[in-house]
Amino acid sequence: MDVGIPLESIAGETRVAATPKSVGQLVKLGYRVLIETGAGAKASFPDDEYVSAGAEVTSRSAVWAADIVAKINAPSDAEIALLKEGSTLISLVAAPRSPELLEKLAARKLTVLAMDSVPRISRAQALDVISSMANIGGYRAIVEAAHEFGSFFTGQVTAAGKVPPAKVFISGAGVAGLAAIGTARSLGAIVRATDIRVEAAEQVESMGAEFVAVQSEDQQQSTDGYAKEASQAYAEAAARMYAEQAKEVDIIVTTALIPGKPAPRLLTEEMVASMKPGSVIVDMAASNGGNVAGSKPDEVVVTANGVKIIGYTDLPGRLPTQASQLFATNIVNLMKLLTPGKDGQLVLDLDDVVQRGMTVTKGGEVTWPPPAISVSAAPTKVEEAEAVVKEEKKPRDPRITYAVFGVCAVALLCLFFFSPAGLLGHFMVFMLSVVIGFYVIGNVSHSLHTPLMSVTNAISGIIVVGCLVGLTMVDQTVPVTEVTNLIIIVLSVIGILLASINVFGGFAVTHRMLKMFRKG
Amino acid sequence: MRISLIDGSFIIAGLLFILALAGLSKHETSRRGNILGAIGMALALVFTILGTVLGTYDLVESSPGQPVLELIKAAAPSWAIVAIVVAMALGAAIGFFRALRVEMTGMPELIALFHSFVGLAAVLVGWTAYYSSVASGHFDPLHSGELFVGVFIGAVTFTGSIIAYLKLAAKIKSAPLTLPHHNLINLAALAAFVALTVVFVLNPEGTLGFILLSAMTVIALFLGLHLVASIGGGDMPVVVSMLNSYSGWAAAAAGFTLDNDLLIITGALVGSSGAYLSFIMCKAMNRSFISVIAGGFGSDGTVVGEEKDYGEHREITAAEAADLLVNASSVVITPGYGMAVAQAQSAVADMTSKLRAKGVNVRFGIHPVAGRLPGHMNVLLAEAKVPYDIVLEMDEINDDLQDTDVVLVIGANDTVNPAANEDPHSPIAGMPVLEVWKASQVIVFKRSMATGYAGVQNPLFFKENAAMLFGDAKERVEDIIHSF
Repeated sequence: MDVGIPLESIAGETRVAATPKSVGQLVKLGYRVLIETGAGAKASFPDDEYVSAGAEVTSRSAVWAADIVAKINAPSDAEIALLKEGSTLISLVAAPRSPELLEKLAARKLTVLAMDSVPRISRAQALDVISSMANIGGYRAIVEAAHEFGSFFTGQVTAAGKVPPAKVFISGAGVAGLAAIGTARSLGAIVRATDIRVEAAEQVESMGAEFVAVQSEDQQQSTDGYAKEASQAYAEAAARMYAEQAKEVDIIVTTALIPGKPAPRLLTEEMVASMKPGSVIVDMAASNGGNVAGSKPDEVVVTANGVKIIGYTDLPGRLPTQASQLFATNIVNLMKLLTPGKDGQLVLDLDDVVQRGMTVTKGGEVTWPPPAISVSAAPTKVEEAEAVVKEEKKPRDPRITYAVFGVCAVALLCLFFFSPAGLLGHFMVFMLSVVIGFYVIGNVSHSLHTPLMSVTNAISGIIVVGCLVGLTMVDQTVPVTEVTNLIIIVLSVIGILLASINVFGGFAVTHRMLKMFRKG
Repeated sequence: MRISLIDGSFIIAGLLFILALAGLSKHETSRRGNILGAIGMALALVFTILGTVLGTYDLVESSPGQPVLELIKAAAPSWAIVAIVVAMALGAAIGFFRALRVEMTGMPELIALFHSFVGLAAVLVGWTAYYSSVASGHFDPLHSGELFVGVFIGAVTFTGSIIAYLKLAAKIKSAPLTLPHHNLINLAALAAFVALTVVFVLNPEGTLGFILLSAMTVIALFLGLHLVASIGGGDMPVVVSMLNSYSGWAAAAAGFTLDNDLLIITGALVGSSGAYLSFIMCKAMNRSFISVIAGGFGSDGTVVGEEKDYGEHREITAAEAADLLVNASSVVITPGYGMAVAQAQSAVADMTSKLRAKGVNVRFGIHPVAGRLPGHMNVLLAEAKVPYDIVLEMDEINDDLQDTDVVLVIGANDTVNPAANEDPHSPIAGMPVLEVWKASQVIVFKRSMATGYAGVQNPLFFKENAAMLFGDAKERVEDIIHSF
């Protein structure tokens, strides 16, 4: 089958859906790849490189007439008309926001696979353009901010004076947020980040940034009845935190973008006004209304107090080569999934949740939204299980612990009161040895459990001492042949024999095992 | 031999034993630990034998300022020396023979057998002490009680270990024996033991004493047998470490009987370390110690997995698997008991070194209860010369599994079962498992689609990123090596 890669028609689009490398992989899967003349020019992929990778560079109409068309953006009406009826289209679709587009695509009986509708399950990560583009966007957000920012990111002590490092605050620790953290850190800035998910703290810290938690008392309460109040209290606490950070930091990057929904307002006009002149805000959600009051899509707005608000919506496209490369790789991964035979024949398996989730129209019908996938039920179940476990582990009232200790101590004292003095000395030795045993074994690594057991085996062969002592119990005032004496001797000798097997065998086998453990 | 010299040697031996256990906690110090333990043992033995042969004395001030050596225990007769030498030489020969000949896959059996020796020796020590009292005609109530406890623990250890040995060596079925009211039987045996102890302490003499001690020994032997017979094969890591603990307590009890502090110290060390190991094992299976000891999985023997449609499993050939492995950048191998059964560890090690030579990052992920003995897999892999620094624990590897290209599951089942995380109603729910299904591709080496020990179906086999490679693990791994 043919795969057509057209030149993107939207003004300002710099990316292309295939690179020479991805063309090679598509050819390996058995496809014939058609590239529109100049398709990769803006992403620095000249036509001749595609040709040497095995593609044919050809005219617009030929590309659009291919069995499969892969591109970045959703097609325009004119482009839809160029598509062969019944062919397959792979691109971004924005299915939740474009029901009309879906109708038009369905009318042409197209099979449309939306790259932005990949189910968010781990198996599908290799196809997920949202993640790969967010990664680039997060990087570029910092680069744009650095471009507009009038100072260094890194702190320096120079002959001309000391330069403090820039303080960067990142809101949202998703893929874009983490990429922004990494970039800002490597430029030398002090980076802080927040996220509504408390568990993101670990990821934030792993990137070298400081996690700023929302100080809300309601955070842990999640009983259903209080949900609304709690979220309101949370929102107020979050607003306080943002207001504090806005006064302190030089750069803010907001990444709170919820597909198909208006972006949540994180920074109000007052907060922006409280920032230092020259500060920069990058609003990565400007296309959906913006996280920041006053941001405008695709513009840099300068507020009255000199704060620059960057609202670019094409951040990934500003790194055309990189973005094309990742997008193309995502498409190749999809094609691998769709070409199980590696024979250039596209096979769509609608029983596969990934393929079903991406298929937004098929055979003249709109198949979006897909049925809820069973995987999404699993996390809630896990949460339930966790909740159960947590309940069991409720910390015990310390008074109960003390009471148990007290009762045990009293019981032991009563017992000791009636014990003969000789026993207590031994008992002391016994108790201390038990405690030492626990502490000594507490550090043993799992891999040494077997040698440990065989060495304790050898050591417990010390009972041979008991059997030796037994021999001295022979009553020498009567002949050895007396019955009790004979019994004592026989029992002791058997005991010595058995325990010796343990002693010698135990140490020998431990030695043999330990000799085998070696470092690579 | 002066008595204080013998006791002094016991103190040093006790310290050396503690250092031996401490040394065993790290690879770097483990060999030294073993040698220190052997030195401590040699020291204690030499001084005890000298004491037996020469008799023991102590300095006693009979009149002020004039200490004299007073005989405490006469030297054993000369034939006793011969008996000691012969018995120890024979024991050493048998011990060395077994130690040097044992296959590493047979370690669980050997260790269980060794436990039984300690248990039996403790029983013998108790009976010796009893006959010594019979000969002297003097019974101390305290010693009578200690003697009873010592024989009881020893006898339980003895039969318990024998059953464990037979199960591990596959000489009897490893399925749990479920007599009706098995918990009640155990409790009744315990109650009988307590009652008999009380009666014996009050009337230790004559035929009655003999009958009481014999009856108690038989009951204890039965209890050990029943206790372990009702525990199934998969719980063996816990059982073996539990018996390890019991053998320690038996030695400690013998020490109480004989007023010997070295036995008490050593027994307590071994007892508590075995108990701690059992605790770790139970935690790794998310089971309570009591429920394992009480026998059977859960409370009523086997649990039957509910009927559910898991979908289709897929198969893969050795050649395809080899292809996947060569093209992977990171591979994790999670072995289980099945690898030991198939004797596949050398083949696996060979495959590992070949893959590492090709630049593939190969590591091993070991579940704490994999195998039939704590740390069993580590020993097998060490024997096959897999470097220990690529053999990681579950907690160390679990976070890396999602970035792993290929996971090979070799003879493991319950320890890689996603149902433990995903299905709160599963019998193994909440048990920490190796999250192999997060890797890009999982290849499961398995004989058939039968369930694991817990009797639970494994949804892993039906996941889309999992493929089954049926057959003998060793042969299949060798096939993979040939396909490289």
